[in-house]
This record gives sequence, structure tokens and C-alpha cells, in this order.
Amino acid sequence: MKVTRRELIAGAAGAMALSQTARSEAQAPTDPSKVRGKPPRANGERAATAKVQRLVRGGTSSGTPHQDLMGTITPSDLHFERHHGGVPEIDPASYSLLIHGMVDRPTIFTLSDLKRFPSHSQIYFLECSGNLGRTAGPETTPGQLAGLTSTSEWTGVPLATLLREVGVHKNAKWLLAEGTDAAVLTRSVPIEKALDDALVAYGQNGEALRPEQGYPVRLFLPGWEGNASVKWLRRIDISDRPFMTREETSKYTEPFADGTSRMFSFRMDARSLITHPAFPTRLERGWVEISGIAWTGAGRIRRVEVSTDGGKTWASARLQEPVLPLAHTRFRHLWEFTGTETIIMSRAVDETGYVQPTRAELLKLRGPGTTGYHLNPITGWVVQADGRVIYKEEPWA
Amino acid sequence: MTRSRLHAVCAAALVVTLATPISAQAPTRFGLGRAATPDEIARLDIDIMPDGTGLPAGRGTSADGAATYAAKCARCHGPTGKEGPNDVLVGRLPAEGFPFSQDPTLPHTIGNYWPHATTVFDYIRRAMPPTAPGSLTDEEVYGLTAFLLHANAVIPAGAVMDRNTLPAVVMPARRYFTPDTRKQSAGKPRP
Ligand code: HEC
Repeated sequence: MKVTRRELIAGAAGAMALSQTARSEAQAPTDPSKVRGKPPRANGERAATAKVQRLVRGGTSSGTPHQDLMGTITPSDLHFERHHGGVPEIDPASYSLLIHGMVDRPTIFTLSDLKRFPSHSQIYFLECSGNLGRTAGPETTPGQLAGLTSTSEWTGVPLATLLREVGVHKNAKWLLAEGTDAAVLTRSVPIEKALDDALVAYGQNGEALRPEQGYPVRLFLPGWEGNASVKWLRRIDISDRPFMTREETSKYTEPFADGTSRMFSFRMDARSLITHPAFPTRLERGWVEISGIAWTGAGRIRRVEVSTDGGKTWASARLQEPVLPLAHTRFRHLWEFTGTETIIMSRAVDETGYVQPTRAELLKLRGPGTTGYHLNPITGWVVQADGRVIYKEEPWA
Repeated sequence: MTRSRLHAVCAAALVVTLATPISAQAPTRFGLGRAATPDEIARLDIDIMPDGTGLPAGRGTSADGAATYAAKCARCHGPTGKEGPNDVLVGRLPAEGFPFSQDPTLPHTIGNYWPHATTVFDYIRRAMPPTAPGSLTDEEVYGLTAFLLHANAVIPAGAVMDRNTLPAVVMPARRYFTPDTRKQSAGKPRP
């Protein structure tokens, strides 16, 4: 094999860069107070020894690694992604949003037009309706099981403001939101949601949206299945009927045991997930803070109950205040691990009194062949006598 | 106004304020954006409704669509639409009923699961083939739609699909779809 001079130089430079990184990781000074630290830099980075990554699943999604996170906010680069035509590259200078249909004034808004409207920021979770890893074996992490939910602070213009601006007709009942990705993804959305809390969002955690989250502009429907919050939003068509797009008929519908299929099931129901201890953690004996996230599309989490004896008894976990509506809520529960094998699990109750169901309860209504959409079962982790923690699907006994 | 009505009105006002976070002085219009011309709307407005609104001129039969399908689709959806490797497009249920909830192996196809024929045209035209989305002509899409509907035994061979006939096609699965009836009220799990 012949190696050119240029390849040789590139290779040597690469090796040098690598060895420098390796050195800076390995050679943290034994006493950092005796060495002058690094100068300021324009963009911060994670500590080299605290790298975290999304879990990429196939070519169309990646999930948030909940086992590596704490608190309630998902770092923007770890927010889950799901797309049907790849992540498009969009020039913000030529971006525009068309609103037309049952309106007095069909209008085209540029990105700077949208940013001139009064804005609103709020912390919300976003969850894909198909957020249950189905091939889960014992070695399944929280991120593999439910990585398609994340929480960010979203900023944008309330869709209600834009609809007033274009003079939406009184008899309008639905709108079609369309993306400018290669799937030109479309969903029908009831007008009540548009006039309630829907945002045309351009900000995420204090900066522009990430490309995977719809840069430069996306629809955001708080508490509703992620697919309907159309990213890379290019058009809104107002109508008095739903459009019956592929994503709301062939997909994102749930067969029920009574031989029907449910459509337009937007709201995400309450769910909780213990993120620690969970696979791949290995516990030491002693006090353990069981910790996790809970969320509901119906508003606030009222209570999270934790069982450390396989569901025989339940105790109320502490909820991290403030408990925000339509956002991940952190729960914590102290427990002493004595080295006896057991199963730990959590169940969320939301402000409507809805109780997170068991898998058996879900499947009774939905049937064993149902699609993976809107499945929010109680999750159990087996803590083995040696401290190994593995995932176990119901039945737990 | 009674006291309780006053409370109700205040509560309603509060809800409106929270849901629409704009100050009371806000104008109804800000005068932002510019009028979209009919041409600009027509260029982007590609959606098709179940009653056929939005369907373009053109026509196609199953025979017209067969060659396009073999050339541009079969590679991913199989020679007859049943073989994959990507989504199975063709297949009917043997008998009455809608057993998807019981049988996880049953593929959801156009013939056994799609409630509206217009969706076939809309989706293919906007998204397929993924390697060249938006590249098909309206005539090609009518032909492919006819081909897939015929392969699913929904329309007879030779049936012409156009802006009048396509919305009139009644899909076998249509009657099995129900709207979401979950309520926000308290109670047992309603999965
Ligand atoms: C490169 C592979 C590929 C080619 C070529 C291709 N498709 Fe697809 N098709 C896919 C994939 C992948 C999906 C699923 C996309 C998704 O879920 O977002 C799909 C989905 C579909 C669906 C929806 C299936 C459902 O049940 O929801 C239809 C209809 C379809 N394709 C028709 C066509 C037609 C017609 C052509 C030819 C013009 C074509 N496809 C060419 C890969 C392909």
C-alpha cells in the first residue's frame, strides 16, 4: 500500500491530537491547585471524563440516556430525536412560514417576523408516542426503555397570536401542520389546542432550537404526542375537518381489544421511570437514593409511589419542587439495600387522579398485538443479592 | 351578577391569561408578515383531504402504475408490495373483523388498515421514494395509487383513478377507526 505524504501528515496530526486528549484525561494533575488552569474559551464543553451520549437506534431516532442524567432539564444535545426523512439543513435567512386556509389574510412570516411577536418561554416535556423499548431484555437501560422523552425550556410565539394576526375564521376546527423535511411530515391538530397553549417555537434552553428539534422553527404542543409537534414547520393550513394524513391513520393509531383502532389520541398519559438504580448500576449495600422522573400530559404530577418489595407495599416519594405542569418531575425515595434480592418500581398519579397502569392492565384493553404507541406501564428493576440491577418486564412474581 | 358567577368569570379570565400569555394592552394585530399570493400558496399547498379537496388534474390505472412501481418502489417494498424489506403495502384480512390487537405479526397494509384512499396519493406524492422525495409526477402518483389499491383488491383492474374517482373509493378499514374518548377526569387507568 502506498501512503501519500499528505496522508502521512494527516495521520500523524490525528495521532498527535488523540494522544493529547488521552494525556489530558489521564494526566489530571494530582494537585490541581498547584497548576495554572485553562484560559477562557468561546464555547464550553463537558469535562473529558464526564462524556454522555444519546442512544442511536437505527436510522430514525436516538434516545435520551436517562441513567446518566439528574434533575429535570435535558441538555439540548441529549434531547431525543425522531424523524421520518432525516434532519434537514435549513437556511434561517430564507426560512418562512405560510399560514392559509380558513383565514382572512393568508400570510407569510419570516423568522425575524416570528421573533418580533410577543414571546413565551416555558419548561415542557416532549415524548414520542412510541416510547417503550419493546425488545427489552435484562440488560436494558432507562434510556433504552423510555429514552424518547425529554424536557427543555421552549421559547416561541403562541400560535394563538399568529392565528389572531391572520384572522382565523370562527368556524375553523382543525389545522394541518407541515414540515419541510424530506418526509414533508403532516399532522392535523384541533384548533382548540392551537388557541390554548400551542407554541410556534424557535428557542430551546436559551438558544436556537437544535437541528434535530426542528431548527429554525417547530410547532410545540405541550403534553401531546411528539409526532404532532411538527418540526421544521413550513406551513399551517386551517380547515374545518381533519386531513387524515398517513401519520394519523396508518401510524400513530392504537388497535384495541374490542376490534377498533383509536385515532387522534394526542395526550400522553402519566408515567414514571426509576433512573437510579437501574441497569447497568451495581449497588453497594447501604442507603440508596432511588430517583427517577415522572410526567403527564394531563398537567401536574400529584404523587409518585415507590415500592421496594415487588409491589406489595408502596410509599410516597419526595417530589422536587417546583412541580411544573407538563414537565418532567424528579422524585426521590430513600431505601436501605441489605443484600436481599427484590424488585423496585414506581407509579405516577397525576392531578386528575389517573394512576399509571400495569402492563397487564394496558394489554387487557389494548390486546397483545397492539402497536407500541401510548404504552406507559409501571417499570420494575430487579435488584439482585450481589447488587446487580436488571430490567424485568411484568409479570414480576 | 352573583358572587359565584363573578368567581367563575374571574377564573375564566385567569385561564385565558395563562393560556394566551400576552399583556392586556396587546393589539389584535401587529402588522407583521406579508400577504401570501395565490401563486405562493398553490406552490406549497399539496395536502389532499378525504373528500378529494386538493387532488390535482391527471389520471392513472393499475397498469399505468405497475411499471413505475417496479422501477421506483419494488426495491424497498417488494415485487408485489408484500415482501419488504420496508413497510408491507399489500395484504387483506382473510375474513370480517379487525384482529390487529390480538395478532402482533399482522402487517398493517393499505388494504387492511388505511381508512382513506386519498391518503395513499397524498403520502406517496410528498414522501416517496425516500431517495428522491417529491420527484414523482401527478400522473405517476395516480398510477401508483391505482396499482396499490388494485393490488389490495380495493378497486378492479382497469379502474381509472383521478380527482373524482379516488375520493369515492371506500377503504375496507374505514369503519374500525374511533376517536379518542379518554377524559381528563379522575378515575381508573384509561390506557
Ligand atoms: C429506499 C427505500 C424505499 C423506496 C425506493 C420506496 N419506499 Fe416507500 N417506504 C420506505 C420506508 C422506509 C417507509 C417508512 C417511512 C416512515 O415510516 O417514515 C416507506 C413507506 C411507504 C408507504 C407508507 C406505508 C405505511 O404503511 O404507512 C407507502 C404507501 C410507500 N412507502 C409507497 C412507496 C412507493 C409508491 C414507492 C415508489 C415510488 C416507494 N414507497 C419507494 C422505503 C422506500
